[in-house]
Amino acid sequence: MLTLQFIPYSEIGSLDSEQKINKLLRLAKEDKIVVVEGKLKAEEEAKLIQKTMEQINSKFKGLEICDVNSDAIGEGIMNKLRNGIARLLIGERMGMTIIGPASVIKEIKKDPNKIRLFTKDVKKRRGRGKIKGGN
Amino acid sequence: MVVHKIGAWFGRFFSKLFLRKKKVRLGFYGPVNAGKSTLANKICKDWIGEEMSVVSKIPHETREIKVKEMVRIKSGGKELDFNLVDTPGIATKIDYQDFMKYKLSEKQAKERAKEATKGVIEAIKWLENVDCVLVILDATANPYDQVNITIIGNLAARNIPVLIVANKTDLKKSSIKRIESAFPQYKVIGLSARKGTNMKKFYKELFNLVR
Repeated sequence: MLTLQFIPYSEIGSLDSEQKINKLLRLAKEDKIVVVEGKLKAEEEAKLIQKTMEQINSKFKGLEICDVNSDAIGEGIMNKLRNGIARLLIGERMGMTIIGPASVIKEIKKDPNKIRLFTKDVKKRRGRGKIKGGN
Repeated sequence: MVVHKIGAWFGRFFSKLFLRKKKVRLGFYGPVNAGKSTLANKICKDWIGEEMSVVSKIPHETREIKVKEMVRIKSGGKELDFNLVDTPGIATKIDYQDFMKYKLSEKQAKERAKEATKGVIEAIKWLENVDCVLVILDATANPYDQVNITIIGNLAARNIPVLIVANKTDLKKSSIKRIESAFPQYKVIGLSARKGTNMKKFYKELFNLVR
């Protein structure tokens, strides 16, 4: 069974980077796919990768991460300005971030128009831990 | 934020002023198996006649930072001294079982995975120690991968100049345009590090980057 957990911005907006990363990593290690309202800062993503690497072992293989940007790269100046003001007013709650354990998520495919999340075959995952899996 | 940006601008101004005297620390960043070490080797081979890194089809071949000092590159009648910093590929997951597909024993695979995790941590730490960066992407792969976005986002946050290299253009499925449309605010240069194609244009863009 897959568990999908939504975390609203109000739940992590007041946390500092360290607390935010620890929370997300803890949930992913509980085999949950987490959908977070808002985006992590670039530095937070890098820190999350570093922390993930520190904790990788034969059971925990790491994460799949993907963020969805509402102020997409390459937009015009006016849109960027508008998004900047919105960010000042409501915080980094624009867009969303999907984080899940690599043992559950096979791949997240993202292109400008859609995001596809492929999970691993649960039976195979629980069985001999083989890497092969269906979508 | 404003003070930081002004500081960074002054830093860049003075580094440009003294650029001819100092060596440029050029970082090679990117996801796993994008061809960072192949490109670093090609540059070294072109200018000092020797390679700096071992390359392999097995992911995470580079698991430590490799530095090659004093590589003098000439382009357009100018010359610059570079310290090349080849970094391990950045990844969000490492599974030792993946290495066993390449006929490594379980013990070897686990050891490689352990070293690879340390390599990723080191690569991220080294972002503080480079003057400008080549982000090497596999032109046959999806450029919207989060690792690419995280690397480029971190370089932008640190005001580090970036040139995106769309590598493996010799392969049929490669697309420079796909990378250009994913990162429209960056200069993208297509090349094949393995075959050594488009290197002249690459060196020209490299000099534009550090100017």
